[in-house]
Amino acid sequence: MNETLLQRVIVPLVYLAAAVLFIVGLKLGAKVRSARRGNAYAALAMALAIVGTLVHLGNIDYRWILGGIAVGTLVGLVSAVKVPMTAMPEMVALFNGFGGASSLLVGICEFWRHIVEKDEQGTVTEILGAKNAVTIALSILIGAITFTGSVIAFLKLQNRLNKGKPVLLPARHALNLLLGLGVIGASVWFGFIANDPQSISLGAWIITGISLLLGVLLVIPIGGADMPVVVSLLNSYSGMAASAAGFVIDNNLLIIAGAMVGSAGLILTQIMCVAMNRSLLNVLVGGFGGDSASASGGDSEYQNVKSCGVEEAAMILENAESLIFVPGYGLAVAQAQHAVRELANHLEKRGTKVRYAIHPVAGRMPGHMNVLLAEADVPYDQLVEMDVINPDFKNTDVVIVLGANDVVNPAAAKDRSSPIYGMPILEAHQARTVFIVKRSLGAGYAGIKNTLFENDNSMMIFGDAKDVLQSMIGEVKQL
Amino acid sequence: MDPLLVSIYVLVLATFVGFEVINKVPPTLHTPLMSGANAISGITIVGALSVATSSEPSLSNVLGAAAVAFATINVVGGFLVTDRMLRMFRKKER
Repeated sequence: MNETLLQRVIVPLVYLAAAVLFIVGLKLGAKVRSARRGNAYAALAMALAIVGTLVHLGNIDYRWILGGIAVGTLVGLVSAVKVPMTAMPEMVALFNGFGGASSLLVGICEFWRHIVEKDEQGTVTEILGAKNAVTIALSILIGAITFTGSVIAFLKLQNRLNKGKPVLLPARHALNLLLGLGVIGASVWFGFIANDPQSISLGAWIITGISLLLGVLLVIPIGGADMPVVVSLLNSYSGMAASAAGFVIDNNLLIIAGAMVGSAGLILTQIMCVAMNRSLLNVLVGGFGGDSASASGGDSEYQNVKSCGVEEAAMILENAESLIFVPGYGLAVAQAQHAVRELANHLEKRGTKVRYAIHPVAGRMPGHMNVLLAEADVPYDQLVEMDVINPDFKNTDVVIVLGANDVVNPAAAKDRSSPIYGMPILEAHQARTVFIVKRSLGAGYAGIKNTLFENDNSMMIFGDAKDVLQSMIGEVKQL
Repeated sequence: MDPLLVSIYVLVLATFVGFEVINKVPPTLHTPLMSGANAISGITIVGALSVATSSEPSLSNVLGAAAVAFATINVVGGFLVTDRMLRMFRKKER
């Protein structure tokens, strides 16, 4: 079939325009003022890419394609509009998994339609070339790991899987290594050794099966607080999977867009790791909070913890000139973001300076707290990063810790035996008064004692974050 | 130059563009940016479209249509939730 001018020149130029728009979109997306425009540019780029592809395909049967697009649009539209803001981390993880599933299926279809359906004899390398043999295997491998890994992350974020706690299998490192070797073996068999459609597809199914299992095994040992790292790493994988699919179908646009997503995801992953003072390997190998917590579990009894009621807290707030909220995952669980905002409004009317200290790994995805508070109309210039706000704590009258725990634990700075030793923390303990709103004295995710609770200037307010905040609002109104 | 080499050039250069463009992002934008990048990774839809093309029903068509559906969810859902998040960010009006 001779390619028309349209297919040879125009479509590649449309792809080029799409690639440029993706880059501009990402660039604009890195600044608060232009981020929304950037997202629109990227969406436009995607539309161009899809139209370009449909034009390139020319006169074909569109029924299957249109069916897929119709179903996908409906599902994507409904879930994007319906998902509550607090469930954003798991929604992003699930969408990500679908992208991985698509790359996996593209890899499978490609050898299936060229080899199995045509009943070609010979190895994949002989029929499609060595490049395709390798990239089809890679597309299946990365796509499958992204898919099941993201689904597990989704379930964990919904607390459906073992209440979001790590699942540690015995000998899991040996098992992963064995499966890794197995997938390499199966890929070599698939690409270079198997020489008839049956044994080639057997190889592909083995790669698929092992990779799906690997995705599960790589994510189940990772605990809730490490989820920001995992979600952004899986995001990076889905970009790499798209790149691999780009090599399979010889499309530079896929390679470009996939590579940019891959590197962007890696940068975010790196930022998260630095924020926890842990290496990526350390997060992936997992076990944080599992082994170490049992070692230090003996001294988790609290002494000299003071608690106070809401009225007392309100009286202290009355005289406070400055207040810093430290939000954590518990705030999202209690859906207390609007209550925080309302309390802040009342106090600001009385002249209190209100700010929010955001730890880089607070919550369950990068920037989780920012999105959550933005939903409650908290102006983003009141959200202050850790490095900027830490020197200010000692001049602050009141800190209210809401559903955060490990990120304000002074043991991370002082206690060398602590499992979180070395993790940068918000220095909330330096404020004149620290209120910690918490349901009970239970340990945080890392399963370790928080020495902040025993400080002389700390006071616990026991209860659900939303209830406590609402009664505080009531008290403050009466002042 | 061999087409494969061209593709590898493209891959490496695009990776560096990604690093350069994303470096120094304010934490406020981490979530929307991740979500937006996630939507872009749905570009694999281009691959999915090209494998779901023949008319007679076959395994590759069914899988191809499924690939199109998955990628479309990723694209449509991804861009929409990103927009929803970004709409919320605003400065305090004084």
